[in-house]
Amino acid sequence: MNEQKQHLLRALAKGVRYDGRALTEFRPLKVELDISRSAEGSTRVLLGETDLFVGVKLGIETPYPDTPEDGNFMVNAELRPMSNPEFEVGPPGNQAIELARVVDRGIREAHAIDTAKLCIKKGEKVWSVMVDVCTVNDDGNLLDASGIGAIIAIKNTFFPKLKEDNTVDYEEKTKNKLPLQKEPIPITVYKVGSYFIVDPLPVEEKLSDARLTAAITEEGIVCALQKGGESQLTTDDISKMLDISIDKAQEIRKKLKL
Amino acid sequence: MKSAKYEKRFDGRDWEELRPMNAKVGIIPRADGSAMFQIGKTTAYAAVYGPRDLHPKFMQNPRTGILRCDYNMLPFSGHGERVRPGGSRRSKEINLVMQNALLPVLDLTDFPNTVVDIFVDLPQTDAGTRCAAITAASMALADAGLSMKGLVSAVAVGKVGDKIVVDLNYDEEAFEGGAADIPVAVIPSTGEITLLQLDGEVSKEDLMKALEYAKRAANKIHELQKKALKEKYHE
Repeated sequence: MNEQKQHLLRALAKGVRYDGRALTEFRPLKVELDISRSAEGSTRVLLGETDLFVGVKLGIETPYPDTPEDGNFMVNAELRPMSNPEFEVGPPGNQAIELARVVDRGIREAHAIDTAKLCIKKGEKVWSVMVDVCTVNDDGNLLDASGIGAIIAIKNTFFPKLKEDNTVDYEEKTKNKLPLQKEPIPITVYKVGSYFIVDPLPVEEKLSDARLTAAITEEGIVCALQKGGESQLTTDDISKMLDISIDKAQEIRKKLKL
Repeated sequence: MKSAKYEKRFDGRDWEELRPMNAKVGIIPRADGSAMFQIGKTTAYAAVYGPRDLHPKFMQNPRTGILRCDYNMLPFSGHGERVRPGGSRRSKEINLVMQNALLPVLDLTDFPNTVVDIFVDLPQTDAGTRCAAITAASMALADAGLSMKGLVSAVAVGKVGDKIVVDLNYDEEAFEGGAADIPVAVIPSTGEITLLQLDGEVSKEDLMKALEYAKRAANKIHELQKKALKEKYHE
């Protein structure tokens, strides 16, 4: 085990983090709404010094053949080279794709968006909801910040006007909000040695052994999971990690007054 | 060349009036230098990384560091439909003209074989994006502590109908009676021009007049850039 890891473990044994927080304490969370006039819904999330934009664009597409009456939904993540010297220009890498898919699943599997209400004409035209997460400054925990940003942006998305020929007038927004049924929040718990921490700094992310992201609904139901990291977890670990996720999800929900 | 009458600006501004502006330096802690510049509903975030190692090796220049720009409209920042992520022909050209707009004030000879990367992301746009990008980038370069002989301030001027105007917005660019869009970058300390493009039709006389407008507008932007830099380094 390298020196850096031992150093971190010694600190965690005393119950402190590099920035003085407790093991399961989040950094201050700040949310700004409507940061982009061209998006149908948008937000900026500041979690400590982690900073990112989430924008929602609505469009019209043909539905998938197996769900002819459901709108389409997709989350995409852009880990912008602006936000971290290790991120490069070019198509999304593994980290960006995993992040986007974990955020996507949390919202999709909770049936957060009532996709049946996005049908314009069965089998021909449905609304598509495209959520883009774009990082500005990566100071750790992009996963949770993205998931929180995504649900807030979706919650504050208004339909643009639908013209008579079923095309979109983007210059005119209606007062109709995207139909939202649930508001899942993903919380990632990291395992470092025998300790569990949340909301890691980049150095803590790098030194961690494993992580578990759990998307939690307002009823405390788990609606998506992703185990990450190279080390294994015991069922006892998973049980403890889920307790933390459920607890933290409700804490953040309260803070955000969701 | 006939041009339709443009009586009054769509948003009520005077012909030489810039939209409300906002500038901030040091907004991206992980970067070596960073800045935000907003003009109307066009917002640009710029981050500078470097001088740092440059790969592939054949791109290295043993005489000087090189400058590399990456201009990027975020997927939800365009008019109308979502913009597909990834570079377009347009953004590649902007990368090149941005580099040329900023290089004249920059001296990277102390850093041979390295690169200075500038990344500019725009979360919302209402015309004048390359100018906002250059204005933000030049503040970010200064924030990174690189040696510069001055800042670069950029603004679009142009002709809307029969009027010469400063800082066109999207509606003016799309004016049915004809519009010429002229992005200009100026080194305000010398009055020299480092970016000049034009889309539309304009007489030489009008063009020269528009350039004078651009210089005056650039001076106003320059004042704001200096103020933003001083705000960060005052404490």
